[in-house]
Amino acid sequence: MDRSTAVDGPTGHVRGGAVRLSPLGRVGAAVLANRKAAAGALLLALFTAVALLAPLIAPYDPEASDFLPTAPPSAAHWLGTTSLGQDVLSQVIWGARPSLVIGLIAGIVATVISILVGVTAAYRGGLPDLLLSLATDVFLVLPALPLMIVIAAYLKGSGTWVLIAVIVVTGWAFGARQLRAQALSLRGREFLEAARVRGERGSYVIVCEMLPTMTSLIAANVLGAALYAVLAAAGLQFLGLGDINAISWGSMLYWAQNNEALQTGAPLWAIVPGLCIALLGAALALLNYAFDELSNPALRAARRARGRRAP
Amino acid sequence: MGDALLEVQDLVVEYAGAGRPVVAVDRVSLSLRRGEFLGLVGESGCGKSTLCFAVAQLLLPPARVASGRVLFKGRDLAQIGERELRHVRWREFSVVMQSAMNALNPVMTIGAQLRDAIAAHERVAGRDANARAAEVLRLVGIDALHLRSYPHQLSGGMRQRAMIAMALVFTPDLIVMDEPTSALDVVGQRALMAQIKGLQRRFGFAVLFVTHDMSLVGRYSDRLAIMYAGQIVELGATEAIFAQPRHPYSQGLLMAFPSISGPRQHLQGIPGQPPDLREPPAGCRFHPRCPRVLERCRTQAPPPCAPRGDDLVLCHLYTPKEAERGRLSTAP
Amino acid sequence: MDGSAPLLEARGLTKHFRLGGPFSRRLLHAVDDVDLAIGRREIVAVVGESGSGKSTVARLLALVYRPTRGEIRYRGEPVAGLRSRSQMLAYRGHVQMVFQDPYSALNPVYPAAHGLLRALRLHRGESGRHGREEAAARLLASVGLTPPGEFLRKYPFELSGGQRQRIGFAQALACGPELILADEPVSMLDVSIRLGILNLMAELRDRDGVSFLYITHDIASARYVADRIAVMYAGHLVESGPAEAVLAHPRHPYTRLLLAAVPDPRAPAGAEPSDEVAEPPRVVDPGQGCRFRPRCPYAVAECARLTPRPRPVGAGHLAACHVAEADE
Repeated sequence: MDRSTAVDGPTGHVRGGAVRLSPLGRVGAAVLANRKAAAGALLLALFTAVALLAPLIAPYDPEASDFLPTAPPSAAHWLGTTSLGQDVLSQVIWGARPSLVIGLIAGIVATVISILVGVTAAYRGGLPDLLLSLATDVFLVLPALPLMIVIAAYLKGSGTWVLIAVIVVTGWAFGARQLRAQALSLRGREFLEAARVRGERGSYVIVCEMLPTMTSLIAANVLGAALYAVLAAAGLQFLGLGDINAISWGSMLYWAQNNEALQTGAPLWAIVPGLCIALLGAALALLNYAFDELSNPALRAARRARGRRAP
Repeated sequence: MGDALLEVQDLVVEYAGAGRPVVAVDRVSLSLRRGEFLGLVGESGCGKSTLCFAVAQLLLPPARVASGRVLFKGRDLAQIGERELRHVRWREFSVVMQSAMNALNPVMTIGAQLRDAIAAHERVAGRDANARAAEVLRLVGIDALHLRSYPHQLSGGMRQRAMIAMALVFTPDLIVMDEPTSALDVVGQRALMAQIKGLQRRFGFAVLFVTHDMSLVGRYSDRLAIMYAGQIVELGATEAIFAQPRHPYSQGLLMAFPSISGPRQHLQGIPGQPPDLREPPAGCRFHPRCPRVLERCRTQAPPPCAPRGDDLVLCHLYTPKEAERGRLSTAP
Repeated sequence: MDGSAPLLEARGLTKHFRLGGPFSRRLLHAVDDVDLAIGRREIVAVVGESGSGKSTVARLLALVYRPTRGEIRYRGEPVAGLRSRSQMLAYRGHVQMVFQDPYSALNPVYPAAHGLLRALRLHRGESGRHGREEAAARLLASVGLTPPGEFLRKYPFELSGGQRQRIGFAQALACGPELILADEPVSMLDVSIRLGILNLMAELRDRDGVSFLYITHDIASARYVADRIAVMYAGHLVESGPAEAVLAHPRHPYTRLLLAAVPDPRAPAGAEPSDEVAEPPRVVDPGQGCRFRPRCPYAVAECARLTPRPRPVGAGHLAACHVAEADE
């Protein structure tokens, strides 16, 4: 070792084993390492593929109603037909799209609002924090489902965007609280002070120094908000709000309910969309396990320890 | 060593990892007599905290004892059952951990926590437990009215002392302390050390004191063990080591303290940095940074030598052959 | 110090924090009435325990906090008037800061040199990425991190505490400052690594003419590296002067206490010092009077009535004590 250079030598402390992954790589590794998350990822990928490939894999036009109504499952119609003579399988396949789209968009928009409100409140402190936290608390306390029903009923028939808006308005507050708490815990970190002292703008500090260290919580928030959105959208569509003429799992449940599908011999019409909603929700929830571990390494160690105690 | 209170024999502690396990403590042996104050000194990453945990039987996976024994009063602590261990713990030996001031439960009063500790090991009436708690607080210089205080109402130094009080509650024979003063500044550290030494003289317990700051422990310890990269490189009476440090690492450490008195001189510290324990250097682990390195240090692990009788130096320079060579070369 | 006007000067520097919400009346007196001057090419050490206000002084001088009262002048120009972003940025190009905790001072998400490159972009206007990387490599070499190319790519978790701290210095130097405020830069490093950083500070002063305000609780390291020493207690500056003078003839009782508390392994084992367990005070709504009085063996009646101000006790040597004796 060249002793003429600094007192602590040039070589880094970590040799060999440490493989440096990009942030995306780290996420991928975390997902794969955790069985639950991997299962969730697989399921989500499956649904995404179905939604994307719907025109190719759906056997019939989902709205075509010229088949024998209320038919049991057969070779031609794997899941039977509805009481209006439509193919259930095609509807299920095409119905994946709205659920995923609503889940994704509402999840992201709600999280963006959560970030704006929560992190700004934590960073600014004082009066802005007081006001923003008050607003968050108010929205947290609002009863979501009744409010959604009232708003959606009032704006009846305006379709997907209203649905997304309603879900976002009732769903952002929870994430804002969490993100504010985490941002507050970052306040003492000296790298933020160092950024201020070298002359960075406040907006730079928040976006480029704080947020990147909160990515696992933000991702978890997106997943949580998407989960909430999928279930809420299905619920509202089931109640007949949103666009009942568009094909979605929720609207399928609405029509199935209205036509008493369970009693009239087309049970799959009601069961399968419900199952798909549940599975999509489960996929999102399972994926969340990976992010828990990313942000809390102690959980990782506990999981390894459990594995090790096997006889 | 017949009357040793604590004996560590050839202890090896490993951390299981992705590939080969990392050896954090590599064949460490030391012993502690009743009432003795042993300072265990080393920098971050040398394994001293792991050794401390191993002695206190507090290792958690992925760390585990690969070989060797820890004997307390002649009994192998790893072999006795969990129930017996609980009985021994806190009554016969107790532990004060690093940043102990964060180990206090923030939602319970100090008094409640002390009573908890007492009740966990003895069936004592409430009033007596209270009295004992008050007494032990007074011992560390905290007014008994703080029994009703919450941890956040005390300063850092006081919380540290409260933890020591908790360790003293059954006047054990051995207290293991892992850097209990690291969060305090110079005056606070000095005050705490004086306090600990005073209590030790009064109650006669042995202390295993782990720290990275040699100067702190030098005034109070009877013996010193210096650790580097998982091994003990020098062990002996404190005064002897300070007067004449043998191992080049000990020499370097002692020279790393700028002094208040005496001429102002330029000091170097020890070049380089501690090795990565996943791939320790071949031969002597200190050889890349050693100012007195010999050719064989790069390939052969140094044997434990005893230039002064019952102490220990892990260095090729002190093998009988080298010592002979040294004597010959300095002979007139 | 070379006799010319001081680089940075503070007079009557005061900072109070409101405790317990915006409607409370209780004030924490973190810093009270501190006069401090740092000249060119010199290292001034501010020594004190936790709670003495020394870190707050650094943050006031770095304009992280706004002073409650008092004046800061940089090269004679008052700093209070700086409002616009470009003015603040210019000041930060002259006065920079190094932080205590090497494990928290670097953003773990980015490579360790990220802050360094940002600083170069903000202050040196280096055009183009290549120019910045070259300048960064030169800075890394100047703080002893070689080969610099390797360190440009490493992440903080791959570096040791000492290396991270050197990156902190490089980051501060990237702004081209004349003064660096170093807030306990070695307290969290291993003992054998500290000397390297202290030597680096001395080297930067001698070779590059950078002044330092070295904040520490360890008076021995202050002696090793500082030209002048200022001692703080409970928000007040209690003694200041040339390093050797303050150490050889400490006039304030607290300075004497600090000196007695330093463990020196090479000094002969002296008498066992007194079993002091007093705590440094948290100064909330204090009245008049010396704040060291409860712990002071020399206190007289005057000490309770009147807050002592620093007065000369030797050449360039001031002490804030009613009973301190001046040099003959």
